This record gives sequence, structure tokens and C-alpha cells, in this order.
Amino acid sequence: MIVADRKSLEEIQEMIKPHRKLLIVGCKGCVTVCNVGGSKEVEILASALTIARKKENNEIEIDTTTIERQCDNEYVSQLKETVGNYDAVLSMACGVGPQFLSEYYREQKFYPAVNTTFFGGAVSHGIWEERCAGCGTCIIHDFDGICPIARCAKSLLHGPCGGSSNGLCEISKETICIWDAIVAKKIEQGRLEDLLKVRPAKDWRTARDGGPRRSIREELTR
Amino acid sequence: MRLNYPSEVKVIQVPCTGRVDIIHLLNAVEKGADGVYVAGCLEGECHYLTGNIKTRKKVEYVKKILGEIGIEPERVEMYNLSSAQGARFAEIAREMTAKIRELGPSPVRMNDPVSEKKAA
Repeated sequence: MIVADRKSLEEIQEMIKPHRKLLIVGCKGCVTVCNVGGSKEVEILASALTIARKKENNEIEIDTTTIERQCDNEYVSQLKETVGNYDAVLSMACGVGPQFLSEYYREQKFYPAVNTTFFGGAVSHGIWEERCAGCGTCIIHDFDGICPIARCAKSLLHGPCGGSSNGLCEISKETICIWDAIVAKKIEQGRLEDLLKVRPAKDWRTARDGGPRRSIREELTR
Repeated sequence: MRLNYPSEVKVIQVPCTGRVDIIHLLNAVEKGADGVYVAGCLEGECHYLTGNIKTRKKVEYVKKILGEIGIEPERVEMYNLSSAQGARFAEIAREMTAKIRELGPSPVRMNDPVSEKKAA
């Protein structure tokens, strides 16, 4: 899923400073699963902003709603009756949400309430980690299900660099050297020689290097 | 036991403190409460195993939010005591009331004539 973090309340307060009537829109997709922009978090943000404004004696009226997905116009269109009733709209979806909303409702002003961070999963309750870089050409099978592009700080494809020490990466004591993990897994499985395989250079045109990407599935288009 | 505790304290009963959510505490502050505290069972004695421990974390989160928006985080607290500790319950009520009295009225209520009236 796409993982995000809520922006600081200070930053959000600054964004919405000129507005007195606001709609906060949550998303029931990824941001609900990573507990950052679902209906619960929308209510918490609304309450926090209301308290802050009451304290400043500059009251704000905030309404909330959470739609199925903000990355789908079918659901985005459900806001058409209400979206015009507000000075601005704060989206708690990943970066896709406020873009879809502002493309659909060109007259309205949209703000992102979260910072979209990575594609990943929950490794334990409340802790998420990056697992995929969305490079467009998956090769994790070559590394026993471990992605060196997303999980190596340098995205190396040919073994650890000199910054690997005792299984940790030089960037932080909390970051494991993923190449250490790949080699350990290969040894464990008795397949270390797999790493000797010569592979053609990776085609980075399918990643961001090739510009904004588009996916067309002819069988689904109308 | 007939113990006295300050009449400002309004008790809201829940089956377990685990039921108390972040939004409940925020709503209380938003509506003008000068302070809110959660009285949970002693740690390790939760009938539902971890309800009180989970809620302590929620209380900490609410404190963080309040700090970020310039409201004294001490207005929200979590206490642990057993249901047999009536005297401690009264003591906590006095302790919390004294602390809130020292902090003064909530800045939220100060600027809101409606909740100011209600609170009075």
C-alpha cells in the first residue's frame, strides 16, 4: 500500500489560515490502512484544528467526509453536491487524492494534509517499512524476494558497498544492509552462486527516469 | 466509604479504558472542558489484557496534539488505580482539579461565549 504521514499541525494550520469554512476529505484506501487519512484520522484532525482556531478566537467551521477512494473519479464525483460549499478542501489521501480532486473540481482550492512517503507494509503494529520503489521492472525473484532497489540506500544491484558493517547500513543504525540480508538468505538456501549470474543492465526508463508513467489496459478501456 | 471529591469532576463510565479513543478526549477539550483524565485499571490488571496500556498511548498522542496547537498538554492525563482504591480515586480527583485550577480556564472556552456559559 501507499504509506503516508500526517503533516505537522503547524503546517496545516498555516495552509488553511485564510479559510473559515473547510471540508476535510478522507480516503478509505491505503491511508485508512496505514492509519493516517481514514475516517478516524479525519475526525481527529478536524477536532484539533477546531480547538486551535477556538484558542485563537478565529473560529472555523469544519465538515468531514471520507470517500471510498480519492484516486478514482467515480468516487471523487460523489462530492459534487457539497464541495462548492466550502472555502477550501483539505485532503487526507496520498498525493494522488488532492490532484484528482483538483482536476475534477477546477474551481475549488485543495490542500494536502499528509506527506506521501513510500510503498510498503506494516512490519508490526504502528510500524511501516518501505518495500517497493515502483521501478516498473520487477526483479525481486533474482534476490529471493528482497528488493535491493527499494531497500538499499544506493539501489545497488551487485552486492553491498563499503558502507555495510555488521549487517547494518552506514546511513543509520536502524537500517539493515539489504545486501547483507540477500547474501545471508542465498547462503541459507544454498544458492549463493545465483548472484554470479550476469544480468543485462537494468532498464531505468520504466522507472521515474522515463518521465511520468501511464498504464493502459486495452481490455478495460471504453 | 463516603469519600468526598471535587464536584467539578464529571464521571463518564466506560466498560474498559480501552474504549476511550483519541477523538473522545479531543472532543471534550473542543467542547470546552478545562481538563480530562482517564482513570484506568492498574497496569497488568486489565480485564481485557491491554486496554489501559493502549489508552495510555492514546492519551500521550492527545497530549502531543495539544502541545502542537499551543494548549497545555497537562490538561489531559491518564491515571491507573484499582476499583478497590476509593481513597486514591478521590485523591486523584483533587490532584487533577488542583492542577487544572492552577492552569486556569481552557483557552478554548475563554473565546467561546457559548461553552463559557455552559461551563459556568
